[in-house]
Amino acid sequence: MKRLVLALSVLALAGTAASADPIAERQAIMKSNGKALKSIAGMAKGAEPFDADTVMAALKILSEDAEKIDVAALFPKGSETGGDTTASPKIWEDAAGFQKAVDKFKADTADAVAAAPADLDAFKAQFGKVSQNCGTCHETFRLKKG
Amino acid sequence: MGIVARLAVGAVAICAIGAGAFWVLTAPVRLDDVALASLGQGDAARGEHVFWAGGCASCHARPKAEGDARLELAGGVELKTAFGTFVAPNISQDSNDGIGDWSLQDFANAVMRGVSPSGEHLYPAFPYTSYARMKPADVADLYAFMKTLPAVAGKAPDHSLSFPFTMRRGLGLWKRLYLSDAPVVVFDDPPSDAVLRGRYLAEGPGHCGECHTPRELTGAVKDGQWLAGAAAAEGDGIVPNITPGEGGIGGWSQDEIVNYLETGFTPDYDSVGGSMVEVQRNMARLTDEDRQAIAAYLKAIPAHPNGYPPRQPKPTS
Repeated sequence: MKRLVLALSVLALAGTAASADPIAERQAIMKSNGKALKSIAGMAKGAEPFDADTVMAALKILSEDAEKIDVAALFPKGSETGGDTTASPKIWEDAAGFQKAVDKFKADTADAVAAAPADLDAFKAQFGKVSQNCGTCHETFRLKKG
Repeated sequence: MGIVARLAVGAVAICAIGAGAFWVLTAPVRLDDVALASLGQGDAARGEHVFWAGGCASCHARPKAEGDARLELAGGVELKTAFGTFVAPNISQDSNDGIGDWSLQDFANAVMRGVSPSGEHLYPAFPYTSYARMKPADVADLYAFMKTLPAVAGKAPDHSLSFPFTMRRGLGLWKRLYLSDAPVVVFDDPPSDAVLRGRYLAEGPGHCGECHTPRELTGAVKDGQWLAGAAAAEGDGIVPNITPGEGGIGGWSQDEIVNYLETGFTPDYDSVGGSMVEVQRNMARLTDEDRQAIAAYLKAIPAHPNGYPPRQPKPTS
């Protein structure tokens, strides 16, 4: 009996694209986003001199990170709670809305890479568009927890 | 008169006295003449600043409104709490459905004392418990600004509360206990002008304590844990500790707090989330000086450990 259960669980796992530890994986993506953003936020505020290479590197990371957000794999049923996740139940209650927010982040970061901002003003426009995705998505789909 | 009859009369008398006392103690208390006289004329341009500092649009614009639609104060945002669901009313200039007919005095009594023009108590989901600390002149400016906003027809749905919270009169007693225009944080050393300005903005119009401070079962804010963070009024989440205490933001520099209020990013470039997204959008519209003042205040207030219970580890199955 035990073996049957084990075999079934293995099959169930193999049947989905779920990653081994979706919570850790999605958190790693978000951390990487934060790091990339931090490297260019000072420039957007005018606190640091504009540097096109640093900007491009960061925008590429953000775009690649965005592409990694496969909702089915990273937010499978069963990963609503656990670890120190701060995912809001609304991700699963409003799956279409969440997918839309993820798609917008993908599109905005891809656009920013394609735009390859060469001066401060061009960069600021892209930075504004990309970074407002963070708050807009977290407004609904993240829950602060103790 | 027999003993029974005499007892009955006595009981009725006691009830009448009790009811009378209840009626007196729960009566709406309006602003006094001194406060009303200091309202002044009101300046619409200054009032816009007060409007964003007070976060009016966050509840009174339609849910999810953006851009200029945030100035159409049709109401409709729901606040689902343990007492029931509160619905922010229409406070646009519409005469029938909004507050277009309110005088400045009506407006000030609602904002600073939670009393409607007809003398009803307003529910403290409308944070007049904080707005009570506002300067009358700021309220007059706000009134002047709101007069410039569009009239929007249509009433928002009624609140949906459970008994006994459906009885507004009882709020009079609650207000007697908990409504005060005194500052919460009293500093031992005379604070800088920036800290005082920050205290005014955070404790008054900004109404930070309404979400960031835990409450008693009665719904009263626990001043002894001011801004220590709290279980969210809605849903399962928490509202963070923003004191310098453990779990709070003591590690943030004043500039980092200012940057957060301006851009929505923490020192680690995590982003603002939840209801704070709306608040931060409002804070971004303040002057840099005012954001600096709020940050200076948050650096100066007493440190408290988290005002919410630690997270329960997920039970292993």
